[in-house]
Amino acid sequence: MSASPEGPGRRRVLAAAAAVCGTGFLALLLGRVAAPSRTLAATALRPPGALAEADFLAACVRCGLCVRDCPYDTLRLADLADAAATGTPYFVAREIPCEMCEDIPCVAACPTGALTKTLTRIDDARMGSAVLVGHETCLNVLGLRCDVCYRVCPLIDTAIRLEMRHNERTGRHAHLIPVVDTDVCTGCGKCEKSCVLEEAAIKVLPADLARGRLGDHYRLGWKEQERAGKPLVDGIIDLPDRGYVPPSLNGEFRP
Amino acid sequence: MSAPSRRRPGPAAVAAKGRLRANGWLIARRTAQAAFLALFLTGPLFGVWITKGTLAASETLGVLPLTDPLVLAQSLLAGHAPETAAVIGAILVLGAYALLRGRLYCSWVCPINPVTDAAAALRRRLGLKEGTALNRRLRHMVLAAVLLASLVTGVVVWEAVNPVTLLHRSLVFGSLAAGGLVWTVVAAIFLFDLAVAPRGWCGHLCPVGAFYARVGRFGTVAVAAPRRAACDHCMDCYQVCPEPHVIAPALRDTGTDVIHSPDCTACGRCIDVCPHDVFALGLHRPRLPAAGTPVGATALRQGDPS
Repeated sequence: MSASPEGPGRRRVLAAAAAVCGTGFLALLLGRVAAPSRTLAATALRPPGALAEADFLAACVRCGLCVRDCPYDTLRLADLADAAATGTPYFVAREIPCEMCEDIPCVAACPTGALTKTLTRIDDARMGSAVLVGHETCLNVLGLRCDVCYRVCPLIDTAIRLEMRHNERTGRHAHLIPVVDTDVCTGCGKCEKSCVLEEAAIKVLPADLARGRLGDHYRLGWKEQERAGKPLVDGIIDLPDRGYVPPSLNGEFRP
Repeated sequence: MSAPSRRRPGPAAVAAKGRLRANGWLIARRTAQAAFLALFLTGPLFGVWITKGTLAASETLGVLPLTDPLVLAQSLLAGHAPETAAVIGAILVLGAYALLRGRLYCSWVCPINPVTDAAAALRRRLGLKEGTALNRRLRHMVLAAVLLASLVTGVVVWEAVNPVTLLHRSLVFGSLAAGGLVWTVVAAIFLFDLAVAPRGWCGHLCPVGAFYARVGRFGTVAVAAPRRAACDHCMDCYQVCPEPHVIAPALRDTGTDVIHSPDCTACGRCIDVCPHDVFALGLHRPRLPAAGTPVGATALRQGDPS
């Protein structure tokens, strides 16, 4: 051990400090390269039972066992610079949608739980959510009876139903608009796959893109009232209404 | 013109022992590498499934799970509690390499090894002696950075770039054959080893090798130099060795003739090229740390910065 300031002791400390800094910078770079925000394309859907994307990237060891056990070749393993993080499983609905196997072999194959075994009913899967994006192009919106997305939906009449609207243009026909219930839709992608348009008018998007999200501080008055069992604000003065009061209200207006 | 070039390793051994014995371990190793790959390929190619998955995690014959412990360690640090199959797989792999020798993975299993071996062979053939001398401790820094980044970002970080699993995955899942990008990574490593730093990737940077070296420090499979008295210092073994710093202690007249350094990959190439049969591969009692010596301290002393 040398006590002189230029001695090996000092050199060793500097070398160690450089090594620690270098390690830190390298960690920073690796962290950025592998960051989840940079990796998942909107067309890339995770298999059934996949944890939320941030948790999934911690849990998936990129082994490909789910891909191997997918009987329909729906799942594929992301290559370098692909639509999903390297080595992780994904599928593209427009190419091969999920066939929603009853026994969910991809989940059974996962050794780590990145596809969680808590998913036991395939109808509970939330791979994404279908959204009618082509409000100008969907044939049903144009007034025809295509209905293909509705007919192929494994949860027909619950995940997709047809909502009747008056056709203003002809004045005597109906529009049967495909409407998706995002609480029920599994995101299997069959609707997008079978849409007859050149570019699908109905698309399955990852759930966080497909659904809006209310601010955590939002309260829905009618639900709060239901939970409380009474109006939330007491003593609202009901002033006499002026102007038109629909006859259904029997001349009364309750806030 | 230039300094007198070293003789090429190999011809002397071929002259002394014949072509087959002068390449025996190399042939055995390439066979093993091909066999490990074949286990994964019989399924997709012929429909006969032996091993499914990749080197990161696999399932053999529907019962035996194997998991890369480094990948699982990253997953743990990233905050995921894995299911039992992955944990059992990692314990099996850890146990096997701890018992044998960690870096057997590098020279007998890893698909990148033939690439860097080819670069080193081409260097020797071209007589390239220049090259950046990297510090062999860099790989420990990379390993630390990988684990740190996994902890901080919550992502299995190294698998985004790991050339070992990239290459293996693209071979097994066919994306390499389909024109995937992975060949560029493989080419980059080949060229890096060829033109920038000799044995740069496997010997200096790869955190997977650094990890397995750690795991197998007290393994029992080792190369030894039982006939070191016959050594005539031709240096052929040093030229072919991917971790040449491990050889010197075993060739000294005093001390053990067993190569205990965890950096040794037990590739056996030194055995092949030695015309005097100085080296042999076998089972040896591991050199356990003396009582009271912290494990890290021995590692630091063993670690040769060259």
